[in-house]
Formats: sequence, C-alpha cells, structure tokens
Amino acid sequence: MKEKPDVLQGTLALMVLKTLDVMGTQHGWGIARRIEQISGDLLAVNQGTLYPLLLKLEHEGSISSQWGASENNRRARFYRLTEAGRKQLRAETRDWEQTAAIITRFFNVKAEDLP
Amino acid sequence: MRFLRRFLIRLSNFVTRRSTDQRLREEIAEHLAFQTEENLRTGMSPAEARRQARLKLGAAEAIREDHHAEQSLPFVENLFQDLRFAVRMLLRSPGFSLIVIATMALGVGATTAIYSVIDATLLHPLPYPHPSELVRIEANLPGVGSHDVGISIPELRDLQNSGIFQYVSLCFHGSENVTGSAQPTHIAGATVSPSYLAVLGVDAALGRTFDPHDATPGSNGEVIISDGLWKRAFGADPHILGKSLRLDNDLFQIVGVMPASFRDQGQTSEERGTELWAADGFYGDPSSPPMRGTRSPYETIARLQPSLSPEAAQRHLDALVASWKKQYPAYYPPQAAWTIHLTPLAETLVGNVRQSLILLSGAVGLVLLISCVNVANLLLARASARGHEIAVRQALGAARMRLIRQHLTESLLLFVLGGITGFAVLFCARKFLLQFVPESLPRLNDISISWGVLAFAIVVSVAAGTIFGLAPAWLTSRLDLTTKLRQEGRGSNGSRRRSRLRHVLVIGELALSLVLMVAAGLLLRSFWDLFKVQLGFNPTRVMAIETTLPNPNDPNTDIYHTATQESVFLREALRRIRTLPGVEETAVSDRAALPLGHGQSDLRQRPMIREGQDAQSSQPPLINTSIVSPEYFHVLGMTLIRGRLFVDQDLEDTPSIAVINQAAAHTYWPNQDPVGKRFIVRSRAAKPGWTTIVGVIADARTESLADAGIPQVYFDIYQRPDKFLAFYLRGQVDPSAILAQVRTQIQSVDAELPVFRAETLDDVLSSSLSVRRFSMEMVALFAGTALLLAGLGIYGTISFLVHEQSREIAIRLALGAQRRNILRMVLRQGLTLAGAGVGVGLVGALIVSHLMASLLYGVSPYDLSTFAGVTAVLTAVAIAASYVPALRAMRLDPITTLHSE
Repeated sequence: MKEKPDVLQGTLALMVLKTLDVMGTQHGWGIARRIEQISGDLLAVNQGTLYPLLLKLEHEGSISSQWGASENNRRARFYRLTEAGRKQLRAETRDWEQTAAIITRFFNVKAEDLP
Repeated sequence: MRFLRRFLIRLSNFVTRRSTDQRLREEIAEHLAFQTEENLRTGMSPAEARRQARLKLGAAEAIREDHHAEQSLPFVENLFQDLRFAVRMLLRSPGFSLIVIATMALGVGATTAIYSVIDATLLHPLPYPHPSELVRIEANLPGVGSHDVGISIPELRDLQNSGIFQYVSLCFHGSENVTGSAQPTHIAGATVSPSYLAVLGVDAALGRTFDPHDATPGSNGEVIISDGLWKRAFGADPHILGKSLRLDNDLFQIVGVMPASFRDQGQTSEERGTELWAADGFYGDPSSPPMRGTRSPYETIARLQPSLSPEAAQRHLDALVASWKKQYPAYYPPQAAWTIHLTPLAETLVGNVRQSLILLSGAVGLVLLISCVNVANLLLARASARGHEIAVRQALGAARMRLIRQHLTESLLLFVLGGITGFAVLFCARKFLLQFVPESLPRLNDISISWGVLAFAIVVSVAAGTIFGLAPAWLTSRLDLTTKLRQEGRGSNGSRRRSRLRHVLVIGELALSLVLMVAAGLLLRSFWDLFKVQLGFNPTRVMAIETTLPNPNDPNTDIYHTATQESVFLREALRRIRTLPGVEETAVSDRAALPLGHGQSDLRQRPMIREGQDAQSSQPPLINTSIVSPEYFHVLGMTLIRGRLFVDQDLEDTPSIAVINQAAAHTYWPNQDPVGKRFIVRSRAAKPGWTTIVGVIADARTESLADAGIPQVYFDIYQRPDKFLAFYLRGQVDPSAILAQVRTQIQSVDAELPVFRAETLDDVLSSSLSVRRFSMEMVALFAGTALLLAGLGIYGTISFLVHEQSREIAIRLALGAQRRNILRMVLRQGLTLAGAGVGVGLVGALIVSHLMASLLYGVSPYDLSTFAGVTAVLTAVAIAASYVPALRAMRLDPITTLHSE
C-alpha cells in the first residue's frame, strides 16, 4: 500500500510542522502550496497525500484542526501547531541538523585530511 | 507516547465506527476550489484549470483509502471482515464444519487430557518449594551387587555437617495403630528425622513442625498429623495442639497439623497418603550407641544448598566418601566399593512410569497429527470445490496475500473452535475420566484441568491451525485463473498439485496409524502375556486381611515380644477365622509375604551370611525375606520341590529353619543340594545362631509378575515373629462382609488391634498391572481412533478422486468398458495409497517398537505376528473405505455425467 518511502513521509511531516510553525494557522491547500513554493519542482508529490498525513499528525497530537472561514470567505479546515507539536518540531529539527551536519562533514573529507 | 495516543484514537474510531470521510470530502472540494482559482489566475481556461487541479491532487479514491486506513485500524478491520466471512462459510456447510470441529476436538481433547496427566506427574511432580533442591541419597555397594543399603547414624551426621545439604533426613513409611478410641484404627504413619518437614520445606497449618536441630536419640514424643486425620479423628478440634495420641500403647503429643494440600513424598499411594509423622532420632535405647557400620534400612532424603546443582553436590559427595574411606578403612572394605549416589527426588518418584507416560504422550501426539492431517485433507477437498469462487475473487482483483489470509482465518477458526470444544468436553467429563487414571500412578499433585491446560489446548489448536491451514490456503490461492474459469472441474494444473498433496497426506495418515496400531498391538500382547503368565501360586478365592500388632517403644510393655507370646495370639486368631462361614483354609504371614502387595517398603532386603562362604565383614549378599505360617504355602498353592515345609512342631525353642525358593538355591548354592545348608539373616526377632534350610519350593511370581527368578527365603512365623501381619482366607467368602467378621474374631482375642484392608488376591494382581493396563488401554484407544480417522481419510480421498475422474469414467463406460474393470481401477488406487502408507508406516513402527522395547514383556519388539496382523487390518480398512466410492464409480450413469459436464 505504501508507495512513498518512509524517509520522504518523515520529511514531509517535518515540512508540514515547519510550515505551520512559520505561517501559524493554515488550511490544507495553503500548506501544500507553501511546501511546493519552497521546494520548487524538486518535490513531485501529489497534493492529496497531505491529507492522510495531516490526520496522522492530528492523531499524534502534534497539530489540531477546526473549521473556519478562509480569506475569500469560504468554509475551510484550519490546522494549527500544538504545544506538543512545537516541541516535536524542535527535537526533529535538532536531529535533522545533526544528521545533515554529519553527512556534510562526511562528504567534505578529502583523502589528504585523513591521518 | 505519540504512537500510543495515535493507536488509542484509531482504536476508539474503530470501535465507535466514527468516520471523517465527510470532512475529507469537504476538504478536498475546498482544496480543488483553491487550486482552480489559482490556475485561473495564471490564465488557464476554466475547464483546463479544473483538470490541472485534479491532476495535481492525485487519485481521490486512493487518498480516501489512505485517509480511512489512517483513521481506523485496517488490519483489525480486515480480520473482523474475514472472521465474519469465515463464520458465514462455516454456517453455510454445517456438515463439513461439524466434521472438522469434531475431528479437532478429538485430537486436541485427547492431547490436552494426556497433557494434564503429564503436567501433574512428570512436569511438576513435587508440590514443595524449590523442588529441584530435593534429592534422595542412596548408599550402594556395587562391589557385592547391593543397592540402597541405607546409611548409619554417624554417616548421617557427617552428611548433615558436610555443607552440601541444608537438611538431611531419614524416613520410614510404615503404619501405626491409633488406639484408645472406641475402634482402634490403623493409619499410614511415617517415622522421620526431626528435619524431615524442613527438608520438604513445608510448614504446619496449625501449630509447628519439629525442630530440625532436635538431637533426641529415640522418639522425642512429638507427632504431627495430617489435615485429613485432624478432621476425621478429632472433628477439626481447634485446641488439638498439646493433646496426646496413643500409638501402640505409647503416648505422643500432637504439636502440629499439616495443611490440607500437603501430601507426603513416596513411591506408593500409601506412602503418599501418610497421615501422621513421628519424630525420631533413629538410635538410642534399647539399641547400643550408633556405630558407623550399623546401617539402618531407611530412606534418606535431603535438601541441597541452594547454590549447588545435583551434579556439583555429587562431586563434593564423592570427595567426602573418599575421605571417609581413608579415615575409617575398617568400615569401607575396598571390595564392596561403597558409594553414595544422589538422585533428584522427582525422578525417584516418577520412576518406571516415566516411560509409560512418554509413550502415551507420543501416542496422543500421533493422534493429534492424524486429526490435523485429516482436517487439512478436508480443507483441501473443499478448496477444490470452491475453486470457482476463488478464481472469481482473484479475477476481481483480490491480492494473493489477502486470499491466503482469508483462508487461514477460516481454518484457524475451525481449529480453535475444535480445540475449545475438545477442552470443554474434557472439562465437563473430567470427573468421569479421572476414574480411569490408576491410583498407583505417582502423583502428589491432583490432576486438574487448570488455566495452564486451557492455554495448552489453545496454543496447540492455533499452532495446528496455522501449520495445517497454511498449506491448503497457499495451494488454493495458487490458481491458474484462465484455465480454472474456462474449464471448471476438468483437472487443471493446480488441482493436480493439490491431489498430489492429498495423496501424501493420506499416506502419512495411514503410516501414522500403522505405527500406533503396532505399538498398541505389542502392548496388548505384553499385557496379555503378563496376565496369562504362570504365576507359580494360585490367587483365586484367596483373600488377605491385614492387622498390625502394637510395637511399643519399651519392649517390656510389649505383650507380643517373643515368638511364643505371639503364637498364642496367632493360633487363636487363625482358629477363630477358620470358623467363619465359607472359610476353608487360613494362613498368616508378615506383610512382605503378601504377593504383589503393598509390603514392598516394609520388605527390605537383608544381608545373608552363608556358612563357610561369607564373613560378617565382607558385605554378604542381600536377599528378600518373608515370614510365614506353615499353611501359607498350601493356601497359596506353592509347590515343594525338595525337603519339607514348616510343620506345627517347629517352635521357638526348636532349631531355626527356613525354606528357600529355586532362584535362591541356584543363585546362592549353585550345583549343590541346599537342604541342610546353614546361614544367618539377622533381624530384631531372630534367635542368634545358624538357620538350617529344610526345603526348596518352586519359584513363584510373588514379587513381580514380570520376574519369576527373585531369590526368596521364608522363615517360620512361630520361630521369628513379626508385627505387620496379613491373614489369608481361602474359600467362598462374602467380600463385603468378611472384613467385619474377621475384625470381630481378631478383636475378641485382642480388642486393641485394628483390622483393615480386605482384598482378594485377584484384585491385588489386577491392580499391580494397573499402570500397564492404563497405558495399554489408552494406546489401544488412540490406535482405534487413528484407524477410524485414517479410514475416513482414505474414503474421502478416493471419493474425491472418483468425483474428479467421473468424466473419464463416463467416457470409458460409454466406450464399452466393463463395470468390473472400473471397480478394479478405483480399488487399485485405494490399494496403492494403502500400500505406500503401510510401507512408510512399517519403517516408523520398527523404530518406535525398538524404542519401547523396555515396556514390553514376553514379546519381541519385532514380533512378526503383530506386524502382520496390524498390516492386514489396516489394508482391510483401506479396501473397505475405497469400496464405497468404487461402487459409486461403477454405477455411474455415463449419459447424465457427460451431460452435466
């Protein structure tokens, strides 16, 4: 059933959390649009995959949602980062940076640097 | 934490069946609207804008499915769906379901029943704390071929101080006369070291146990009673502690009552039913101070230090024994090769029954296997019948894993229902079934149908269901779609593979039942041979009734101390018993002479010093001794071969004489005439000086049915008195009334004597065979079941073959084939299967019969007639089972068959 690899799913969750952290309350399309804008064409993900992920994050208590009115006065479901989600984002950011730093350093090492 | 929260929400959604599908629809509609607006802004046409928005979103249905999967627990949901479907399938073919459930109930029920017996005997034989620390200590003299000769008091003290054991205790299971109440009673009582209950690690329920460090030389006057005796004899008196109890004219003080659940350790059911424990130092007045060389013939049990394994303890002990031999060379002559051996107590209790129980569990395992195979066969047959349904499902897009899962759910449901049914039947019938378990089966625990047994039943059925449900599920899902759909029922590739598996299963079933039947046949033959064995004595119409004379601690108060004193009582009691209606002959003996009786623990072998051959110090051979009245040999129908038997003129003051059996003559006086030879066997009541052999009798199987050649020496009871007596009555007596009649007669001589346990020797004989009979009957029952199942299996397979080949048969018939040839063709298929099954089974049976050789008596493990008979029976059943479908094939109407295809 899972067509997307796990890494991508995990990354996508992190992107959603970060987007909500930066933009505050946002509806599904807004989140999708924001991720698309930032990542450009590099990330070819169907926007629809976002919704099961949003439900999962909500089940985990990282985000909460409620109905509200959009900018052009339409009914839309708005998502918001919870306190637990903020904590999770901080932790995952730290983890991500650490992993990235290690990988970067790994790539930068040249043969002559080794003792 | 987060995972748990997510799981709980999903679970609650699943249970409340809440769905957020509506919310998702609205969100998606909204999403599309936003995206369409955005697309319009970039200048697309409205239609194109909507199309692009949809493309960007992806497949809406797939999203909904993912969303739903996240919403709830899809695995559980599918499981419920499968279960619902499985229940529906089960109800749709109730006959099939019933057969499968009944077969499994049989297999699991039988396995569980045997498991519950094994759990209480082999797995948890000792109901005491830390049972692995308990050991039995045996002193052996392998140099002179003597075993379990007992240890002396100084040796006991050395063992106690060796640091190897927490406690060491001697014990002697006997019986006690409780007098002083209206009716003297006789109970199983044990004389034990004060540390005995500390060894077992059980505390009193009321009062206290003995002080394990008490070093009083003789009896310390304290007794502990069982819960049963407390309730029966004292009406559960709460103020029982400190009260006195009169045992054989001596007063004892009750210091404790054991818990109701406590059962003593012991090899016989009487020992395990001990109701009274008296503390004793096992030496002292009137005997001389304890000597290292004076070994008491008592059982020794001990509790190891918790840090020591039995192997390590044995090593320490070997070192200790070596140091004793150096320190006291006079007591341990090198030629005797004195050793001390530790055996886990659990092993000594289960003893020779272990093999029977292992055999039973093996047999029941085979029955379970056969029922599983039978069910797997049925499942396969039904899978073929449902081929079309499965093909359609597959064509509609059902994934293979999903189909396997669904099939597995169905078979698991059937297996588990079968297992639960089997357990339920077992639980309801437990009282009835427990009657068949022989009393002599060593068990201190009650056999109970507990939670552990239920868990066992469920685990067995789930495991069986998984293993035997997987193969049919796997094969069923492996269909060639197009052929199956195009030509239903004409034997596609898949079905050929399946029928091959079915053949293998049937052959396996036949082979397994052959193994079981051979085992049952051999056991039956052994049992029959034992039953029909030449006893050497005649038990018919002989009844034994026991009494015990008082054995007070002070010999001066003993009114039956000398042979002359006792003979007055014996002659008067015998005379009175002979006057009872129907009694023709009477005799009396000590309990050791009771054929195949309970006397085994009273009867200890004693060293025999032969004149001119053995010296006191050189560890003489041990021999079984019996003490009998002159009429004993005649009442039991034992034949004199040489010399004479005892006569009334042999008395305490005439020379001491003995009768031996042929085995003793051959073993100890080979190639000589034993009559006139002299020897000494010491005992409490023996006169000093030599005993002369006056006669030799033919060997009789009074010790063991299986062994005729056990050396025996008989003494005259009027020369060598004994306290533990058995009276024999030959004649036409009423077994229900005789005990009371004999009691009246004996108590009119001495009112203080208890009279108990009236048994016919035929009963004694049959109960001595009880464990053998039990395992024989069980294995025979299992073999019968196996035969029935195998018959059903071959019937099912041949029926199925006929059904599959009905088109071919119809064509043959239409082309003019003889109906007889059709019959022969089908029967040949059945016979081929039977032949293969018998071939495989014979190999298995040879292996199994070799393994069970020690359980057999008088029949070779490769007994040709048993093997041939069993093969014939199995083949006959296979032919009979194939005959019905063969007849059906013969009577096939070609026209209707060909039209229906």
